[in-house]
Amino acid sequence: MSDLLNHLTSLHKDALKEIGNIGAGNAATAFAQFLNTRIHMTVPSVTIIPIEDVPELTGGVESQVVSVLLRVMGESPGSILLVFSEASTVNLLEMITDYEIDVNNLEEVEVSAIMEIGNILAGSYLNAINQMTGLNLFQSVPAFSHDMAGAILSSSMISLADNDYALLIETKFINGDEEIEGFFFYIPDPGSLEKILNSLGIETS
Amino acid sequence: MSETVRVKMAEYHVGRSPDILVTIGLGSCVGIALYDDINKIGGLIHIMLPKSNGGENIKPAKYADTGIPLLIEKMVEAGARRENMTAKLAGGAHMFSSSGDMVIQIGKRNIEAVYRILEEYNIPIIGEDLGKDYGRTMEFYTEDGRVKIRSYKKGEKFI
Repeated sequence: MSDLLNHLTSLHKDALKEIGNIGAGNAATAFAQFLNTRIHMTVPSVTIIPIEDVPELTGGVESQVVSVLLRVMGESPGSILLVFSEASTVNLLEMITDYEIDVNNLEEVEVSAIMEIGNILAGSYLNAINQMTGLNLFQSVPAFSHDMAGAILSSSMISLADNDYALLIETKFINGDEEIEGFFFYIPDPGSLEKILNSLGIETS
Repeated sequence: MSETVRVKMAEYHVGRSPDILVTIGLGSCVGIALYDDINKIGGLIHIMLPKSNGGENIKPAKYADTGIPLLIEKMVEAGARRENMTAKLAGGAHMFSSSGDMVIQIGKRNIEAVYRILEEYNIPIIGEDLGKDYGRTMEFYTEDGRVKIRSYKKGEKFI
């Protein structure tokens, strides 16, 4: 499979981008409905980077971020990781609560709210992919971490670590005033890429 | 002049006093700082997984079982002696709060592998900050072997 990663054609990449597009579009709609505000998304990109550069994906390796990790289960397993800066976390939580948020001291209910956002985004993302591909992917319960970006990114992509490169489908969600910015990574496990592409009728051999 | 060298994930570096070797953002990964106190030579490696699959084109510094022997070898080439070496360890955390799957277990497995390999090489562990649920940064001062651990949850400390 790492072989396929080394030989991805532009057709393969376009197909994966389209998966990201459909998934993220649906997730952005769900996110906007949840927050009752406009949410834009960037055009998804398919990123293939050396595994050692994974900790730098969201910028500062040591900057503190808030994240939700979900396992994708079903025929083509993988992971979904959602990463918000601390400032975005505060803005996000203040949109759905009516009090001031202390990001250094998040209450249990606030952590639950962030995890629920992860649930909603991952669920709507996977639903769209399922409809497009005929696969039946579903997500695990969300897990939460508020810590150094590098530690979070490397630990959540450990299932890829045997490969030299990581493939991720990345989108950024931004609300109208750019007060909220979130990275959304869909990370198919090694071996899942082929199944995803084949489900779209694209040959990989 | 002391040089500060950043060691990225799945990489290693050998330096000599007064170099400072740094690895940032250890989550489930483990940072291993080996030090020869007599020759003032230090090596730092940032491993991701316990065991390599034995493939030909693997990156040895990614795995505990291939990375630690490589680091020892490179330190010896640089003039260090294995019998002088001591180890300080950090990382192996379990970053996400939920149950199950390999993402969570990997930190623990990394720690076990590092312990086993250092024991095989008879290198004593004289300091560690391992496990729990938070990310860490290591700064290794080859001048005297001190290792500073920085984390958001616990602030700074030396091991």
